[in-house]
Amino acid sequence: MSSTPTIPPLTGTITVDVPVERAFRVFTDAFGSWWPGEYHIGQAEMATAILEPRQGGRWYEQGTDGSECDWGRVLAWEPPHRLVVTWQINGQWQYDPDPGHASEIEVHFTADGPDQTTVELEHRRLERLVDGQALRDGITGGGGWPSLLELFAKAATNQT
Amino acid sequence: MNTNGVDGLGLLGDPTRRAIFELLARRPSTVGELAQQLPITRSAVSQHLRVLKDGGLVVSQAQGTRRIYRLNPDGVTALRAYLDRIWEEALTAFGKATQAPDDPEQEDQ
Repeated sequence: MSSTPTIPPLTGTITVDVPVERAFRVFTDAFGSWWPGEYHIGQAEMATAILEPRQGGRWYEQGTDGSECDWGRVLAWEPPHRLVVTWQINGQWQYDPDPGHASEIEVHFTADGPDQTTVELEHRRLERLVDGQALRDGITGGGGWPSLLELFAKAATNQT
Repeated sequence: MNTNGVDGLGLLGDPTRRAIFELLARRPSTVGELAQQLPITRSAVSQHLRVLKDGGLVVSQAQGTRRIYRLNPDGVTALRAYLDRIWEEALTAFGKATQAPDDPEQEDQ
């Protein structure tokens, strides 16, 4: 059992002016086309990120040198309305293969009309990331922060 | 298109607050030390620090006559805020991508 208290899930919502099928397709098939490239974990620059379109599929990035780094797995694949994937990136920004340390992301696609879709995202079970020893070590030992901050600084710089 | 419809976040959505968060992660600091590194006044720094403290990202401690600010060492809130930031940015980018005239194989007009 976990000794870490539950962390409230993160939620986000966006409404887009496209049919629900297209919203789902862009989110999944074209994942690599919109995911902000600075948020990646591989040593090499990220070339693209891929979400395999099936239950049990891999979610991973491909580096410009051809290397691959896993991010998680597809738990539920229900086009065009629902998607659940695991996020297994720990506090050291490395893939943690232990399913016990996997946080989950659930995405719902709801048609508001023929050409409008609301996308609701929830990132939950964050305490499982915290249970991972690597995150604890990173925070208490300072090891996790430099890489996190490097990412953060890059993202902030690209903002404006 | 409604890319403003992204909910959540807040604490690190402000660029100055992000800069303070980043500086504190490098090194615990006083208000004066932070103000020296940023193009804002000490009182503006203090206001941002209050928001970060209320949000649980930052803690402070008196050291003699100085008050030192640092990231909350439990790390949980900081990680959560950071992931929140990533998702806000990612969803906004996703919203833009749905409007892009791409998908040659899926042209429906």
